[in-house]
Amino acid sequence: MDGFAKYLVRRFFQFILVVFLGVSLTFLITNLSPVDPVEQTVSLMTNFGATDPRSVELMREALAELYGLQGSFLDQYLSFWGRVLRGDFGPSLSSFPTPVMSLIMGALPWTIGLLTLAVIITWILGNLLGALAGYFRSNIPLKLAGAAVMALHPVPAYITGLVLLLIFGYAWPILPISGGAQMNLQPGLTLEYLRSLVLHGTLPALTLVLVGIGGWFISMRSLVSNIVTDDHVVYAELGGVSSGTIFSQYVARNALLPQVTGLALSLGGVFGGAVITEFLFNYPGMGRLLVQGIYRGDYSLVLGVTTMSIIAVAIAVFVIDLVYPLIDPRVRLG
Amino acid sequence: MFNILRDLLRYNVEFLIGFTLTAGIFLFALAHFFAPYPDTAIYLLPPDMPPSPEYWLGTTSRGQDVLWQMSSAIWNTMTFGLTVTILSRLLAVTVGMVSGYLGGKWDEALMTLNDTLIALPNIPILLLVYFVMRDQMSWPVLALTAALLGWNHDARLIRSVVLSLRHREFTRHAVFAGMSVPQILIRQHLPYVMPVVFFTAMNNLIWAIGLEVTLSVLGFSDINRPTIGGMIYWANQHQAIIAGIWWWIAFPIIAIVILFLGLFLLAISVNEYIDPRSRLSRMGG
Repeated sequence: MDGFAKYLVRRFFQFILVVFLGVSLTFLITNLSPVDPVEQTVSLMTNFGATDPRSVELMREALAELYGLQGSFLDQYLSFWGRVLRGDFGPSLSSFPTPVMSLIMGALPWTIGLLTLAVIITWILGNLLGALAGYFRSNIPLKLAGAAVMALHPVPAYITGLVLLLIFGYAWPILPISGGAQMNLQPGLTLEYLRSLVLHGTLPALTLVLVGIGGWFISMRSLVSNIVTDDHVVYAELGGVSSGTIFSQYVARNALLPQVTGLALSLGGVFGGAVITEFLFNYPGMGRLLVQGIYRGDYSLVLGVTTMSIIAVAIAVFVIDLVYPLIDPRVRLG
Repeated sequence: MFNILRDLLRYNVEFLIGFTLTAGIFLFALAHFFAPYPDTAIYLLPPDMPPSPEYWLGTTSRGQDVLWQMSSAIWNTMTFGLTVTILSRLLAVTVGMVSGYLGGKWDEALMTLNDTLIALPNIPILLLVYFVMRDQMSWPVLALTAALLGWNHDARLIRSVVLSLRHREFTRHAVFAGMSVPQILIRQHLPYVMPVVFFTAMNNLIWAIGLEVTLSVLGFSDINRPTIGGMIYWANQHQAIIAGIWWWIAFPIIAIVILFLGLFLLAISVNEYIDPRSRLSRMGG
């Protein structure tokens, strides 16, 4: 248990560090930029027609207070932390007076649902294909599948998504290409609503799977083809262990360990792909919220979504770190 | 160097295809220096012309020639990618080598920082940087930001190479001969690290170009400077798909996919050249 506890403490420290650095970084970026968010919002609001200078002055003060831009650098930094810890990023200006936090809470389940599903499918399929391709090196169908997923791997999510959208939205319109569910349906546990959820999620999830699968395939295949020549595998083969057992117990199980660590490390990048995919398919998650916030110049919303997505990714990484000792006995035994 | 290139071209099909695709796209991008129109000018030509002998790939709704736009766009996109790659390689090599060679507290501190940065999602941070910079956002600023976010995976890889070099005989000789730490790192260890740098550079270039496409597709870069993502952004702004101007969006996509495939094939074949184990397994060993 000693090794396990030590591992947990180290991982937790890393988690705290990621959140601390991420939140500080967001603060620094917004604070050191040459553009003043208050002036920007004011000019956005006074664009339409003349406004009384006195009310502009009042607006300036109100905005500075709202954005937490009063006092010294340290004061602002501490008050930003206070806002993050309380989960209070103020009201959103583009959909006033809804608080930013309730917009985020409305969007978060969509992103979590889409990403969890897509990441799990990608990881299992990619590793399974990669392990098989590494073990049965001369199998022709596996080689073809490998070439296909590897060709899709370097293409960015937006391009893959756009091509899927053109195929299934315009050329052969069988899947919905916009939104998270059908608009006129009441959300609930009805069969119709669930069906609509799945249909709307198919293209965004497919995009993420197609983009992500190649990376797992490549690394798993090279891991497996290295392990196959290891002494313990050769010994098992000579001992007459069946090839199915060798594949699952001797080869794949060992190769999976670095892939779980890789999963934790890849989440940040996967989230980036989700941002663009959600925007493309108008999926009501965090990514779309972020892009909309930028288009509408909504300072509190952008700051809130960025901070919350950094924290959410850090939590997800930490959860995977917690699972890791379950499959790697070396960590448990210290 | 030329012998290696010749052998790779002769014996490695992936390298041959990758090299041909990348070189083709590169030559096409070079052609923009001879473009008949300035690349930022709009409404020069009749808009919405389909591909024809006069305009090979058609014209955009903004009255630009798709062929010449693409040529400059690829050049600009590649310039961005290479800038990011070179800057982030410098960072990765410095951090990786210092961390691996010095070890101890330095190593622990640098690698903790490294692991922390890996866990941060890049896209939201880049979008935030764009959001607060707005009109002052230029491509060098974007490239610098991307480079600051894109070095950490490779620093860890380089560190592990240097870690194994540290205990080798020749390092001890160099120390006893009185070489300073920078001298040892640059003259003794760098040659061993360079293959890793080349391999990771390919992957980093792919990543950086993908980033550029992603950000400019959303309009989050200098939208008047032609880039591949920027072309798709303008096509979307003019509803090119619905209006049936398919050539405006199809050709940039084809070009960027060819470039990605070419670079990716180069990356995996260079990796194979560097890692003899995968060469052996190809020979059926």
